[in-house]
Amino acid sequence: MGFYDKNLLGIEPLSPAAISEILDLADSYVELNRRSNKHSNVLAGLTQINMFFENSTRTQASFEIAGKRLGADVMNMEMQASSIKKGETLIDTALTLNAMHPDLLVVRHPQSGAVDLLAQKVNCSVLNAGDGRHEHPTQALLDALTIRRAKRRLHRLSIAICGDIAHSRVARSNIILLGKMENRIRLIGPPTLMPSGIAELGCEVYENMCEGLHDVDVVMMLRLQRERMDGGFIPSEREYYHRYGLDAEKLSFAKDNAIVMHPGPMNRGVEIDGEIADDINRSVIQEQVEMGVAVRMAAMDLLARNRRQTYQEVIA
Amino acid sequence: MKSILLQNAMLIDPEAGTEEIGSLLIKDTKICEIGAKISLASNEVEIIDCTGKYLAPGIIDIGVKVCEPGERHKESFKSAGLAAASGGITTIVTRPDTLPAIDTPETLEFTRRRANETAPINVLSMAALTKGRQGREMTEIGFLLDAGAVGFTDCDSVISDTKVLSRALSYARSLGALVMGHPQEPTLSKGAAATSGKLASLRGLPSVSSIAERMGLDRDIALVEMTGVRYHFDQITTSRALPSLRRAKNKGLDITAGTSIHHLTLNEFDLADYRTFFKVKPPLRSEDDRLSVVAALKEGLIDIISSMHTPQDEESKRLPFEEAASGAVGLETLLPAALRLYHSGHLNLPTLFRALSFNPASRIGLPCGRLIAGAPADLVIFDPHVPFLLDRSKLKSKSKNTPFDGARMQGKVIWTFVGGRAVFGP
Repeated sequence: MGFYDKNLLGIEPLSPAAISEILDLADSYVELNRRSNKHSNVLAGLTQINMFFENSTRTQASFEIAGKRLGADVMNMEMQASSIKKGETLIDTALTLNAMHPDLLVVRHPQSGAVDLLAQKVNCSVLNAGDGRHEHPTQALLDALTIRRAKRRLHRLSIAICGDIAHSRVARSNIILLGKMENRIRLIGPPTLMPSGIAELGCEVYENMCEGLHDVDVVMMLRLQRERMDGGFIPSEREYYHRYGLDAEKLSFAKDNAIVMHPGPMNRGVEIDGEIADDINRSVIQEQVEMGVAVRMAAMDLLARNRRQTYQEVIA
Repeated sequence: MKSILLQNAMLIDPEAGTEEIGSLLIKDTKICEIGAKISLASNEVEIIDCTGKYLAPGIIDIGVKVCEPGERHKESFKSAGLAAASGGITTIVTRPDTLPAIDTPETLEFTRRRANETAPINVLSMAALTKGRQGREMTEIGFLLDAGAVGFTDCDSVISDTKVLSRALSYARSLGALVMGHPQEPTLSKGAAATSGKLASLRGLPSVSSIAERMGLDRDIALVEMTGVRYHFDQITTSRALPSLRRAKNKGLDITAGTSIHHLTLNEFDLADYRTFFKVKPPLRSEDDRLSVVAALKEGLIDIISSMHTPQDEESKRLPFEEAASGAVGLETLLPAALRLYHSGHLNLPTLFRALSFNPASRIGLPCGRLIAGAPADLVIFDPHVPFLLDRSKLKSKSKNTPFDGARMQGKVIWTFVGGRAVFGP
């Protein structure tokens, strides 16, 4: 058992063994990234295209650095600025790119399922860098790696995911991943930001933050996605901060050694107090960014290995 | 015209609720005689042996979209007519949600003419209830009735201004017109591509609670009570809507309800792979809802099954799920899909044909839909047991957007007769 797929489109199809394999390899890349010579050539000769149909600085930079450190030829395509404005459909764009023989396609798209659609039409490996409110698998993997390194395990932990769960692909991927690894998951947020039927996934749902944070090992904050809201989900940001923003008082309900996470970019003073975000004893937000590069290197390395494997089988 | 004797068929009589072996004699355009044994008076009779086959009144499909005028590349009267004939459908009642909408006697006359010239089956038309289906001003209901409209509907565009709707309903009542409504609370369901629940949440699709259907239904029922209009709900698809519908019918309001074949045979899990051919309006529901709707159909609380035939071209479906157009073609798959309910043991054939033929004919006021002497010889002969794999490229519809692509189905149409003439056969 391990990770043998052609694409990484979501956490849902992965087995716990596959998740562990990616995380184990990512651990070794953390070491590589801390050396002065960070270069490897496992992706030498391969072409990686980053297609971002939605604004992103952090994730795109992370994928670009990951690819370059592994020796791939990396190209960024700013999809908002290009053909999509000229009326070209997603499938036509995919077919055009496919004809250029890329090996890895890293895609972010504002609509759920769009990356799956694109993956059906191209021959190369596709890595989902976030599609609508569906999945963001590398974010969940980097969160898992951060937790595993901080807590020395990734099972039987009590983990609270707080805030705007309805609009969050990060939350969905994390719920699936942490559930597969047998953790206890609590979801905390106002009912307007809680997706329906989510309790059926085996999560406990809380509307009161202090109750929900009681004795948890990990506090995962989510960004309030103002750009995805068409109004009326919360009365105001100040009331949201009062009831669901993470401050020292609310954090005191969690375990003393609980860690605080945030996928970034943060809205300080909306969902998280600035001092907590910067508290090096509690906050692992900078580590998350570091783990992000390592996890993406591991995922791309494994996808490339799987491709070579398939290629050799075809030759044989 | 020669008489035709259909011999030794299993006759399905939805009106009497029976199925028994017998023969049926067609003379000219009408059913002349039905019986266990028919003695022939003359030799001028063509005999078709139907041993092992089933014979039922042809299907009357209310709510078919033919894309004339406006988008003939998606579906024309000719292609829809051929598709319907091969699906055992003898009468289609078309929707007015074309481009432009059928909202004046002139556009209605255009479609009537096109239909009569090219379609091999009976085509009846509905007209819009408000101009341009905008929900602001009622159409010329009287003139449209004179021009042949059999019903009035704004299709899936719900009239949100209740005052406009109540006036249109009062006016329609004074003319005895039938109005068809889409039960849905429009602001709650805006932008939705799936039904709220675990699956929609996992797939990250914008969703609507099934309660929105009940809210729309409740409002319309209140207006029917107020105005006394004859009213038909196009699609009831959730269990939450059923108690309201039951109360309204028990109260004696002139209400009937339909449902679509897709909501009877598919459920929300079909959306799991983001296949846009499964995107319909209202969105597919949970399995619990589907079973409740099947039970309501069996009981007679839901009266009519429709295909809700909605052709869409490849370009409008080859898009991310949220952006893709809604709707599925259904003329050719209506009967084989409905037979799934027979093969699964949920419904017997007379009950099925009550919802496919008899009830829609009665609601529109047509003499067809029944197996009695003197009724029009609109008939379907089929074998419910023939298995096949559906290949969408073989569909006669111009658009191929069927959710049953590649599906295993059972039941094939052998002959379709319209007015005593074979319009489909081997």
